[in-house]
Amino acid sequence: MIVVPKPNPSLTAPEPEHCPGPESENAGKEESCAGCANQSICSSQIPKGPDPDVDFINDRLSNITHKILVLSGKGGVGKSTFSSILSWALAADEDLEVGVMDLDICGPSLPKMLGSELESVHSSNSGWSPVYVTENLGMMSVGFMLPDQDSAVIWRGAKKNGLIKQFLKDVNWGKLDYLIVDTPPGTSDEHLSVTTYMKESGIDGALIVTTPQEVALLDVRKEIDFCKKANIKILGIVENMSGFICPGCKNEFQIFKPTTGGGKALADELGLPFLGSVPLDPRIGKSADNGESFLDLYPDSPASTAILDVVDALRDSVEGS
Amino acid sequence: MPRMSKGLPIRQKIPNVEKVILVSSGKGGVGKSTVSTNLALSLRNLGLKTGLLDADLFGPSIPKLMNLAGEPRITETGKLIPLVNYGIQTMSMGYLISEENAVVWRGLMVMKALQQLLFEVQWEDLDILVIDMPPGTGDTQLTISQQVKVDGSVIVSTPQDIALLDAVKGITMFNKVNIPILGLVQNMSFFLCPNCNHESHVFGTDGVLREASKHNLEVLGSIPLNEKICTQSDIGKPVAISDPQLAPFYASIAEKVRAKLF
Repeated sequence: MIVVPKPNPSLTAPEPEHCPGPESENAGKEESCAGCANQSICSSQIPKGPDPDVDFINDRLSNITHKILVLSGKGGVGKSTFSSILSWALAADEDLEVGVMDLDICGPSLPKMLGSELESVHSSNSGWSPVYVTENLGMMSVGFMLPDQDSAVIWRGAKKNGLIKQFLKDVNWGKLDYLIVDTPPGTSDEHLSVTTYMKESGIDGALIVTTPQEVALLDVRKEIDFCKKANIKILGIVENMSGFICPGCKNEFQIFKPTTGGGKALADELGLPFLGSVPLDPRIGKSADNGESFLDLYPDSPASTAILDVVDALRDSVEGS
Repeated sequence: MPRMSKGLPIRQKIPNVEKVILVSSGKGGVGKSTVSTNLALSLRNLGLKTGLLDADLFGPSIPKLMNLAGEPRITETGKLIPLVNYGIQTMSMGYLISEENAVVWRGLMVMKALQQLLFEVQWEDLDILVIDMPPGTGDTQLTISQQVKVDGSVIVSTPQDIALLDAVKGITMFNKVNIPILGLVQNMSFFLCPNCNHESHVFGTDGVLREASKHNLEVLGSIPLNEKICTQSDIGKPVAISDPQLAPFYASIAEKVRAKLF
């Protein structure tokens, strides 16, 4: 169902419905593999030594100066929205080459947010070409490989890992100053895989996005714990949807009230940098829906100022070190 | 685990539970847990013996929303005893791990833990079990749809296109695995300023209503953005039982769900 540009040359039959993926560690060995024509091919893979693909991945990533993960733990706080705006902001500097990798395989939002929904991925001898949003901003997402928008990718973790590896191994990013990696909520396969595969080539750090309320912070604490366990430096915390100014009476309301002090209190408690708060602006969501750059369209919004402050703080942290 | 000839598990009923519904989305952060909790409390207010199962292993929110904590006791046969508050029996991964610790597990382990939460909880004669689903269309969704007899699903979304993209994937998934969709809920519909009554469509306008009519699905309810929903959630006193102004939004959804199932 997914139209990947490079067909796997070794499979002779369609995969069974709960296929763990021919690239997975359990290829050919899962219960759902029984009866599949490919079982002997998959299970006869050479037993594991060091994964040879990691060398290919290191090679691809060696021309990328800064790699940043955008994490949260909590869903719906604005990871993808922030990733897209961050990418637009970095790419506004024409001297920078920027790449964005969408690791949310079940819910890929970035193609829509970056106005590239209808594009598809082309492959050549040098690998898969990123989809170029502007001359200096390229991206990769499973969203480009779906036959239509409504298609659901209903995959178990092992299969997702295979695609993530391909994103890292086969995409020809070329030379990049920044690679922004947008992740889905949680601390599961996608997060483990990307940190494992990118470990040798190095990750500059993680940007943690949250909203002010405690229910969100609960999940963010877990994500921070994950970063500690996976040895990922935390570049800082951003608090999104921080206050809303009613366009009618101009009063400020805390729709997602920081009952326990919000992102700033969490950052202080854990000794992490707090990069800033971004207020709710309905035009952010609207620009994301329309695939347009919020910063370009509404530079006078308080949200734009707040976002650019965060981007500056992030760049200082990453480039200054 | 009983299996069909093709190697897929047969769907089973959860012991001591009459009806099972999923509150799902596809998109994260649209309010599944908030809706699940308030819906469960509203169903209980209608006289149904209700349970609430938190299927989000990575970001379990139910303990906070229900003001419950602590390790569940175990029966003689090794089943987990639900924690109860406000008349609702609940179970969550959140009771089994400490708040700061991340559950960093790959899919296979998720499946095992989920099976325990699904089939090894000593529910007490429930009329209905509300399962709060995590975001996405991955391991958890697949495991539940393959192994549990589900009577219906409620899909929650916010109005904007980005959220609907994922909600529609959720619809596609349920259709594919033959789980009936009871309807959609539009959450965070708009913000009504308590000061000047201005209606702000913070996350877009009526997207869920449009999408529902495209797929011939009913809209079970449309819930506004209100500070109190969030603050009450944070203190573990959901509005369905603490705010007479906001409770009716969830009560009407509960009535429709009950009418469809019983």
